[in-house]
Amino acid sequence: MNTAIDVKNLSHSFGEHLVLKNISFQVPTKDFFIVIGPNGSGKTTLMKALSGILKPQAGRLEILNRPIDRYQRKALARTIAFVPQMLSADFPFTVFEMVLMGRSPYLGILGLEEEEDMEIARQAIAFTGMENLAHRKLDQLSGGEQQRVFIARAICQEPDVILLDEPTASLDLAYQVRIMDLMERLKNEKGITVVMVSHDVNLAAMYADHLLLIHDGQVLCQGLPDEVLTYKTLEEAYGCTLLVDESPLGKFPRVTLVPKKYMIKE
Amino acid sequence: MINAKPILLTRLMIISFLLLMVLVAVMLLGISVGPTQSTMRNVLQTIFGMHASDAMLNTIIWKIRFPRVLLSALVGAALSLGGLVFQALLRNPLAEPYILGISGGSAIGAIIGILMGFSRFPGVSLTAFTGSIATLVLILAMSSGQTILKKDALLLSGVMVNAFCAAVIMFLISMTQDTRLHNIIFWLMGDLSLGDMRQVGILAVILLPCFVLVFWLSNPMNLLLMGKELAQTMGVNIKLITVTLLVATSFMVSATVSYCGLVGFVGLVMPHLLRLVFGPDHRILVPACVLGGGTYLVVCDILARTLPKQGEIPAGVITAMIGAPLFIYLLKRTAK
Repeated sequence: MNTAIDVKNLSHSFGEHLVLKNISFQVPTKDFFIVIGPNGSGKTTLMKALSGILKPQAGRLEILNRPIDRYQRKALARTIAFVPQMLSADFPFTVFEMVLMGRSPYLGILGLEEEEDMEIARQAIAFTGMENLAHRKLDQLSGGEQQRVFIARAICQEPDVILLDEPTASLDLAYQVRIMDLMERLKNEKGITVVMVSHDVNLAAMYADHLLLIHDGQVLCQGLPDEVLTYKTLEEAYGCTLLVDESPLGKFPRVTLVPKKYMIKE
Repeated sequence: MINAKPILLTRLMIISFLLLMVLVAVMLLGISVGPTQSTMRNVLQTIFGMHASDAMLNTIIWKIRFPRVLLSALVGAALSLGGLVFQALLRNPLAEPYILGISGGSAIGAIIGILMGFSRFPGVSLTAFTGSIATLVLILAMSSGQTILKKDALLLSGVMVNAFCAAVIMFLISMTQDTRLHNIIFWLMGDLSLGDMRQVGILAVILLPCFVLVFWLSNPMNLLLMGKELAQTMGVNIKLITVTLLVATSFMVSATVSYCGLVGFVGLVMPHLLRLVFGPDHRILVPACVLGGGTYLVVCDILARTLPKQGEIPAGVITAMIGAPLFIYLLKRTAK
């Protein structure tokens, strides 16, 4: 099995505050890899390090067996695409124009797209099922539709790895499943490694090949979903009472929150 | 089904050609308007060398009107482009060199240069450039902290820097006993009449490479609209691009200020109008702003020359009268 991302002893701090502490993990290629953890555990910082936005202060980070700082900017952009948490559509680009921007790391010195680039953008739009929205303005779309546009843009970048920072955070239930299905198809049909930060442990349990649970900037647990999502690890990470059993849908864990009023008194 | 849109290059050529035609037409109009009566036909014949007999008209056209129209076009182009760049880099639709106080800063520099008796180029241009860079750094520092891009902080800093610059300018003017006082005041309000062909030529040599540079960086400017971090993951060298664009823009603005003073709000009107018509792609907008901005200031200058019965008003007065209400309109619209 090949390694898409290899992280060893990664540490980073903002001022006095140590956000990532000695983090190590590996993501195999063509894997659906989900990072979970409570707020402020360092998930977003980790994503920024993986995408090259942030240069970690210590540790080693290899993308496709090559240290990240050995990549040229554009070469890195052709290898890793990033879908950030929140995006604002300040200026009214159309969906097609926006997706086409994913071709930027491939363009020549004048920055003009060729017919081939347009075709790749069309395919990315078709893959995400947005053909009939292609000429709509971005600011006229709903949150879920915008999220799909940003994913299509990342696909158009033709990367080996796609990083997503909580892509389902503000979406309704139907859209959450749609986005997750889309990412699974991306992995299966295009062979892209998907690395995602998620808040939703149940979605993570259903879709992830491997999970990484981080807490307070450290790796608490990593492995298959049923290894990571146990009562013990989750309670330690999130500090609340949870019920973990097997999902009625299949052989993966289901996590249920247990509010105080339902707890059994001893 | 997704229609195959015309490839960008074709679109770019068509739009540039059309806007160039408009600019040429407006420039011809600008050349034929003036206190010395002349018909459009006479003017055209003189320009194309078929009517060489009228020596006075010949002199008026080539020595006075043509440099002036060309100067207006260059200054309008540079200021529009300046507005476009600031709006993209600061992600603020209201950013503009004049509103942010960059023009005011270069005016201080320019006045100091003039009072010290420097020649317009390179002396005054360099002191103006120093002034513009100083105000730029000041504004960015004032509105920074975590978010350079905060809309209100940036605009308020700009307004205050502008007010401060105005005070310093008034101070400098009231301290001097110089006989050129009237000249300075007229120049301050945006005076396009000073150019002779040689000076306009120098300005063109300064500005044209800047136009090319900004066009070259127009695709990264598109990506910057999506935020610095995302642009970075798409292969953009954020620091290099931002610094290059800011310096190039300040350079263009200070060059225009040292030649014709404060012509405000040009960088607000044209970028917005053109964005409305052609969409937000900077690879189209950069050439469109150069040509359209030139057209706009030539038109404003024609108005400045023809509206009063006698003499003329500074072009900066016209641009402010059009631009300031538009600014308020845009402010209301973005605040909703």
